Amino acid sequence: MKFGIVVFPGSNCDEDCHHVATQLLGCEAEYIWHHDTDLKGSDAVILPGGFAYGDYLRAGALARFSPVMESVASFAKKGGPVLGICNGFQVLLEAGLLPGAMQINRGLRYVCKDVSLKVENDATPFTSLYPKGSVVTMPIGHMEGNYTAPPDVLDTLERDGRVVFRYCERDGRVTDAANPNGAARGIAGICSREGNVVGLMPHPDRCAEKLLGNDQGLQMFASAVAAMAAR
Amino acid sequence: MKVEVRVYPKEGVLDPQGKAIAAALGRLGHGTVRDVRAGKVFFIDVAGGDARAAEADAKKMAEELLANTVIEGYDVRVVS
Repeated sequence: MKFGIVVFPGSNCDEDCHHVATQLLGCEAEYIWHHDTDLKGSDAVILPGGFAYGDYLRAGALARFSPVMESVASFAKKGGPVLGICNGFQVLLEAGLLPGAMQINRGLRYVCKDVSLKVENDATPFTSLYPKGSVVTMPIGHMEGNYTAPPDVLDTLERDGRVVFRYCERDGRVTDAANPNGAARGIAGICSREGNVVGLMPHPDRCAEKLLGNDQGLQMFASAVAAMAAR
Repeated sequence: MKVEVRVYPKEGVLDPQGKAIAAALGRLGHGTVRDVRAGKVFFIDVAGGDARAAEADAKKMAEELLANTVIEGYDVRVVS
């Protein structure tokens, strides 16, 4: 099992993802520079967090034109699992691999804290090891996480079960108070129609081992390993 | 030729920056301010002398990159 980790100029969670894949799960992992078009035989591709291209213009707006993104798009089209974390999620939105857009947080501030998330879709290659409806804790750290999309797109996402994670209270209740950034309908993560492309604002890579006080994020990566083994 | 592209939040899209600016203006005593929408302007210098072509090019630039048309509208003006 090999993870490909895309590195844009300004990515800063690439090493975290590499650590999770290799040190915690014993998988292979390879960095893929944004100018490369070869995914080096990756079984799953991760777009890590950070500030690709300094987030100039809009977060993710310039990264989507990197040569590697065409390869990522065709990999996704063939059903390959793609995970976008935080800035990686923003890149997936700008690239049109997931629907919608990010706005600045409603509080106009960078928000960095632990949040509770409800797992609403356990059928993606990155969430299969979480029980559906379970509540997990993960950290967020972003300025533009206020997810939005036209109402009909939001309805389609809901109807097709494509909301993967939703901000919630610790007991799983979805409330406005538990929504850290104003995201439409409390959406923290979504997936593509086929489910193989997943984007989320929280950072599973930052909570994947007990040493960090929380290892609930590990299951996202472990799910991908399980999905690959089952193929 | 000089072309200006204005990019702004679409009508009906919540604009947290505009709301904050409106509130700040109110606090500064500008009681007449009812609403603010915050956008960006791009001043683009393009080669060639054909205004219509420059305008068409700028529209393409807005669609492809300058605006995220999910949440933003834009307009294009050839200045000179």
